[in-house]
Amino acid sequence: MGARRFLPRSLILSLTLVLGIACQQLGAPGATPTPAFQPPQDEIGVLEIKPGEPIILAGALVIAGPDAALGTDSMRGIEIAIDDLGGQLFGHPIELIKEDTGCNPEGGQAAATKLAANPKLVAIIGTSCSSEARVLAPVINDAGLVMVSPSNTAPDLTDPAKHVEAYLRTAYNDKVQGKVAAEFAFNVLNARTGATIHDGSIYSEQLANVFADEFKKLGGQVVALEAIGPDDTDMRPVLTRIATQQPDVLYYPIFTKAGGFVTRQAKEVRGLENTTLMGADGLFSPDFIEAAGDAAVGLYLSGPDLTAFERGYPDFVAKYERKYGEKPISVFHAHAYDATMMLAEALKKVAVQAPDGTLYIPRKALRRALYETKNFQGLTGTLTCDQYGDCADPKIAIFQVVSADAAGWPDQVIKKIYP
Amino acid sequence: MATATRRLATLTGGRRVDPTMVIAWTIGTALLVLVLVGSYRTLASGHYTSGQWFDFVVFGLAQGGIYALIALGYTMVYGVLRMINFAHGEVFMSGAFSAFFLADFLERRGFIAEYPVISLLLLLVFAAVVSMTIAVVLERVAYRPLRGAPRLVPLITAVGASFFLQYTFRGLFGSGVRVYPTVPLLEGTTFGIQTKLIVVFLGALATLGILWAFLTFSRTGLAIRAVAEDREAAALMGVNVDRAISSTFAVGGAMAGVAGVLYALVFAQVQFFMGFLPGIKAFTSAVLGGIGNLPGAAVGGLVLGLVESVGPSLFLDGLGIPAAHQLKDVIAFTILVLILIFRPTGILGERLGSRV
Repeated sequence: MGARRFLPRSLILSLTLVLGIACQQLGAPGATPTPAFQPPQDEIGVLEIKPGEPIILAGALVIAGPDAALGTDSMRGIEIAIDDLGGQLFGHPIELIKEDTGCNPEGGQAAATKLAANPKLVAIIGTSCSSEARVLAPVINDAGLVMVSPSNTAPDLTDPAKHVEAYLRTAYNDKVQGKVAAEFAFNVLNARTGATIHDGSIYSEQLANVFADEFKKLGGQVVALEAIGPDDTDMRPVLTRIATQQPDVLYYPIFTKAGGFVTRQAKEVRGLENTTLMGADGLFSPDFIEAAGDAAVGLYLSGPDLTAFERGYPDFVAKYERKYGEKPISVFHAHAYDATMMLAEALKKVAVQAPDGTLYIPRKALRRALYETKNFQGLTGTLTCDQYGDCADPKIAIFQVVSADAAGWPDQVIKKIYP
Repeated sequence: MATATRRLATLTGGRRVDPTMVIAWTIGTALLVLVLVGSYRTLASGHYTSGQWFDFVVFGLAQGGIYALIALGYTMVYGVLRMINFAHGEVFMSGAFSAFFLADFLERRGFIAEYPVISLLLLLVFAAVVSMTIAVVLERVAYRPLRGAPRLVPLITAVGASFFLQYTFRGLFGSGVRVYPTVPLLEGTTFGIQTKLIVVFLGALATLGILWAFLTFSRTGLAIRAVAEDREAAALMGVNVDRAISSTFAVGGAMAGVAGVLYALVFAQVQFFMGFLPGIKAFTSAVLGGIGNLPGAAVGGLVLGLVESVGPSLFLDGLGIPAAHQLKDVIAFTILVLILIFRPTGILGERLGSRV
């Protein structure tokens, strides 16, 4: 009994001694020739990616529902960018998580909760609709992540008072789109009275308001500022109400489903025969053309000027067509490509690789590197981020729908006419 | 407000006044005053021409006719089973969605342009059959096994069935919008009104007529009415209760299918989620007219359609509220609240004796 108790005690004693000596030797200065690798430090955390583990990016875009074309198109832009990066960074494969955001605040919230809970996530490319970003961005911000949106355009998101640090975008600000649309309506269409319809989402409401303000500044008169619900189907009453004012131009920056109803029913309402209809980038898809049918012909749409994109753009479109068997189905694919490339560039600047291949990504430094993006050569132009996250090189054009046959999208369906 | 309280006091014999009733009446009276003031000021401003008011009414009646057809399904099921079939909006959606494929097929063959009337009838019958089948299967699978269960249980299965149907269609046909082909015959105007609105309204009225005749003159109709009146007594008199209930679902489903095609004619888009809002609105119509009461559902539907169409301009314009049409659902449900406060049994009330 006694001998048994003695044995462990002596073992512990000798082990402690050995350990003590070992520690002393390690701590001795100049004992090892090469200094040990020091992982970077960061205020909001460092992401550690072990050898063989993927670099995880998330695409939080609307990829289901009536507006699926908008997000799917952007998602393809991300995928092509990843292909162009060779599918890897620093020897780690890039993995893309696809999350649907539904083009509404609820979808944004659900995606945000899911993404924020993923400790291995590096960054997010998204969202599609501004209303999603309004709720998603603060959650992502608190989670220490960073996001670059390829298609949010609402001025609100980069407003100094409301902007969160984690939020950047390669999409243009609607202050620009609304202005170009108003100039086109006033100078080219010679419209003197205008009306707008929005659907209550921040993208829609703010773009409608920018248009109205700019139109007034140019000397036009805004005779009706109307609103509908995104799920409304019967637009005739609201259109009849607008018809009492007989505006020269009606601008409705809304989405596919409601846009289809408004466009069709505007043709059926008395008093709107001489009103020119104008939509915006939210309606830029073959799905909308199909939803609106023949009534879409003649409609004007404001959106990014695809013809003014950089020299690499035709190449990109060729890759897109090869990979997906169709021409781009919306207009923010290039913005998504640029967002991904911009992110890769920032990662290259801040990520630190240990000798064993482990990759360390300091999260705050990643944000900082993104904000430092300057004269970045993207497909959509030369991107420079300001302190509120606006990185775009805004180029807006006005297109006209010339055919209701969605099969010919985009070349036979929309024609650029301004500038 | 004071008069309302006093009136209530006299009504209850001056004894005790229920405070919740006082609050309800106060809110109701305030809303009523708002509506009256708003309407008066709008009309006095002369902002709209009589032609435009006429247009509002026409839009409202066409939409209301569709609500009425769906509402009948709610009210009939309530009449015989005392339960709310919340999956009824999805029965409507399945009819409209399925008929889309037939319509698309006919369009590709050029059949619609050649024989528009036959095509329309085909679509209506097809949608009615699909919706009817789904409604009957729904009853057999989701409701009949629970007939003896507490009332809340079938309500929950109804909600579950509703999701099941929605997401089945989503899974099968995707979440995007499908577009109905246009029927050239229905384009253009007749007497200054859009032809399709007239067709939809008359179609709804005709279907209502057929339903009335069916319930009044056929043996099955008689059985349904008997079961609605007293299920046990009807069973004792030799009525096959299960069959009568199945028939109720079948008839309600068929109406929903017809409503689906009429809806698609007016709005031209179908999507898996399209049944939700019309379903809720039709349920509101049924309550508005007095749930369990057939003419009530029809009247409720038309009233709701009218209020939604005319209301925002009439009530809110005069109050100077901008973008009034965004508030049309608020108006619709406010009217529901008003009706329930002042007339809890609905516009026509629930006539127990002739229920369904």
